[in-house]
Amino acid sequence: MSNIALDSKIPAGPIEDKWNNHKFSVKLVNPANRRKFRVVVVGSGLAGASAAATLGELGYHVQLLSFHDSPRRAHSIAAQGGINAAKNYRNDGDSVKRLFYDTIKGGDFRAREANVHRLAEVSVNIIDQCVAQGVPFAREYGGLLDNRSFGGAQVSRTFYARGQTGQQLLLGAYQALARQVHLGNVELHHRTEMLDLVVQDGVARGLVARDLITGEIRSFSGHAVVLATGGYGNVFYLSTNAKASNVTAAWRAHKQGALMANPCYTQIHPTCIPASDEFQSKLTLMSESLRNDGRIWVPKEFDDQRPIDQIPEEERDYYLERLYPSFGNLAPRDIASRAAKRAVDSGRGVGPLKNGVYLDFSEAIGRLGAPVIEERYGNLFQMYERITGEDPYKQPMRIYPAVHYTMGGLWVDYNLMSNVPGLYVLGEANFSDHGANRLGASALMQGLADGYFVLPATISDYLAPQLGQAPIPTDDPLFQAAEAAVRDRTNQLLSIKGTHSVDWFHRELGKIMWDNCGMERSAESLDKALSEIPALREQFWSDVRVLGDGGSFNQSLEKAGRVADFLEFGEELVLDARRREESCGGHFRVEYQTEEGEAERNDDEYAFVGAWEWNGEGNEPTLHREPLVYENVHFATRSYK
Amino acid sequence: MKLTLKVWRQNGPRSAGHFETHEMPEVSPDMSFLEMIDVLNERLIDESKEPIAFDHDCREGICGSCSMMINGIPHGPERGTATCQLHMRKFTDGDHITVEPWRARSFPIIKDLAVDRSALDRIVEAGGYITAPTGSARDANEILVPKEAADAAMDAAACIGCGACVAACPNGAAQLFTAAKYNHLSLLPQGQPERFARATAMVDEMERWFGSCTNYGECETACPKEISIDFIALLNRDYVRAQFKNRKLSGQKA
Repeated sequence: MSNIALDSKIPAGPIEDKWNNHKFSVKLVNPANRRKFRVVVVGSGLAGASAAATLGELGYHVQLLSFHDSPRRAHSIAAQGGINAAKNYRNDGDSVKRLFYDTIKGGDFRAREANVHRLAEVSVNIIDQCVAQGVPFAREYGGLLDNRSFGGAQVSRTFYARGQTGQQLLLGAYQALARQVHLGNVELHHRTEMLDLVVQDGVARGLVARDLITGEIRSFSGHAVVLATGGYGNVFYLSTNAKASNVTAAWRAHKQGALMANPCYTQIHPTCIPASDEFQSKLTLMSESLRNDGRIWVPKEFDDQRPIDQIPEEERDYYLERLYPSFGNLAPRDIASRAAKRAVDSGRGVGPLKNGVYLDFSEAIGRLGAPVIEERYGNLFQMYERITGEDPYKQPMRIYPAVHYTMGGLWVDYNLMSNVPGLYVLGEANFSDHGANRLGASALMQGLADGYFVLPATISDYLAPQLGQAPIPTDDPLFQAAEAAVRDRTNQLLSIKGTHSVDWFHRELGKIMWDNCGMERSAESLDKALSEIPALREQFWSDVRVLGDGGSFNQSLEKAGRVADFLEFGEELVLDARRREESCGGHFRVEYQTEEGEAERNDDEYAFVGAWEWNGEGNEPTLHREPLVYENVHFATRSYK
Repeated sequence: MKLTLKVWRQNGPRSAGHFETHEMPEVSPDMSFLEMIDVLNERLIDESKEPIAFDHDCREGICGSCSMMINGIPHGPERGTATCQLHMRKFTDGDHITVEPWRARSFPIIKDLAVDRSALDRIVEAGGYITAPTGSARDANEILVPKEAADAAMDAAACIGCGACVAACPNGAAQLFTAAKYNHLSLLPQGQPERFARATAMVDEMERWFGSCTNYGECETACPKEISIDFIALLNRDYVRAQFKNRKLSGQKA
């Protein structure tokens, strides 16, 4: 137990002025002195690549670590829909204030006001920056930028590049980064995975990483460490995340003293392709826009074996239209997801494994004709057919919800610095901007806001007083001890020589998490998970089979380290869900719902950020509370009736 | 279905490699190709044999990690599809399938099917960017981009950097990759000031690492994003023009 005081460092003054005033108040580093500072950045997605490129442009010496073979492979690349910005190019009443309000409300009043307002402010600069870099956003015929609308907003503020917005934004950041690599301001270490954070007297001094090709364990020392290592959705095993996405960097930092905030806030996306068999390795998202024209239904009969065309109209249950007549098939993500789960759990699921619901376009095709549907969704239909072998023009799609984004993450203050001085956390890896639920097209916005505009403006405040101090050399006993610990752990994983593969353990953990801490959670299910996870973890450390050695390219070993961390992290996630005795956003506790089945928040007792402190293995972590104060937006119940 | 896999195994860049044959008695047609390899790897681990190393990540055809020669074709038999999106229903019961890594001198083998493609990053570092330091941008709508230009740039920008074009090319050239990266930027108004410097820098860097293009056209067929070979023509034209261009005057005529 320690006496950690959570100081969010939110600047004083009216919300519109906080960021500007803060930028004026931070200490600066003179351009000639910047090259004397070394910053280690981990992760090359939108947040990491944009931060590394911008810090390099400013003149800092940056070392960038990516466990991928190229920075461009980071999972930001898979984002489809778009990026929000309060440009108001549509003249439809958008403003910084409205984007701020929509984000706070969408987050179910569990985000920090000042951070969200800043995010909305810099959103406009992000679009300018990306266009200047050559991101090929969709255009109108007159040459101006096009916009589309997205869930949770009544304005069109989403900029997009076909269905590949994440890819194009990441390429923009990657190209800016490549330029800095070429100029020598950024040192790029690809296929290098951070395995521990090095902390001295409570201050982050660097980290230990493994070269994934040679197996070499080496240290990186700097004046500051920046983690931009993404989310932890893969704790559920099956998710829409990329296979390598993991919690290791954040978890290692947590075990070195950084607080983990709101891990129970996980987002489930309602329209993914259901698993086809037990070998399913990941789930694929189908854009939510399909719900504009598709009707969702399941047969009324339990375990209905008839082919689709023999189920008459009156024996189909269009359950969203029935339960939520005004929003119908466009009910919000969490509601639509839970309704699908209830339909499947009741034994009315469809498909060979009875694990999906229909998303039926026959009515829309009849009304609009196949060519219109093809124009709207052609690429998605093609992708669906490629994966399932079924033609959605002829038979309904099968969909089911899947884990997709995680709002929780390492706790950071207004400067994006964790409670460990010198450790900054950006993008999905931090907790700060989305509260309990993220709006569509806001993840890309946050990653780039943090990397291009926030961190580069705040980091000088921490660095400036260190002028003249060299980073601790990596042959210092501090780093040598950390390297030895990492080597020991690697050797331990290799020496167990048990009977089950790493993937087996990961799947087992995923089942526990999804069944007990997925779309719906109860005290009972969470207690069950809390008893099952430690047992599985114990089994892992006595029975995992990791072949090969530590001195070469060994993907099983990489996975083993990540799954070992998920086995610890998962327990903390469940504990957080257990302690948050309310429902909000992505966290739905069955005990706390209205008569209509809506999430019921408890603002009197739970309007706080729950930040957990690690107390060592076998000890329960300590919960620290940062109260959420709303000065500009008033608590309200999200309504979609 | 029942399949026979012949997979390339190689311990490291300098060790000798060999093919290993594995019978796959129960392959589900709904599996993706990589899921089939996952199943094989689980079995190998059960038998205390080291699993096959291969690169993969998003499994949605966008990250560009996956890189397998399947029956001699980069990413396998289905056009416009990366390995991760290839499903087993495209094969027939009883098929023999050969799986190899990308074979190109510029992509040294790391292990089994995983190769080092960092030479592609060097081409981008040499000039595959628009110089626009953070904070210096003007309002996004002050730059008008004709829709046709934006669409064409996007066609080029769809490149996922997987390296299939290099693997398919008898010369081991990276011309289609370079052309895609180059034209994405040079078709846009924002890309004009550095256009001819970019053409020279990228092509010269490419030639340091890769073979030269002699217009076989294999790359276009292999590309999982079906990037058009026309972009190579545009790159070649600009590369030649760049040799004659007086850059001091290039602002006067594009």
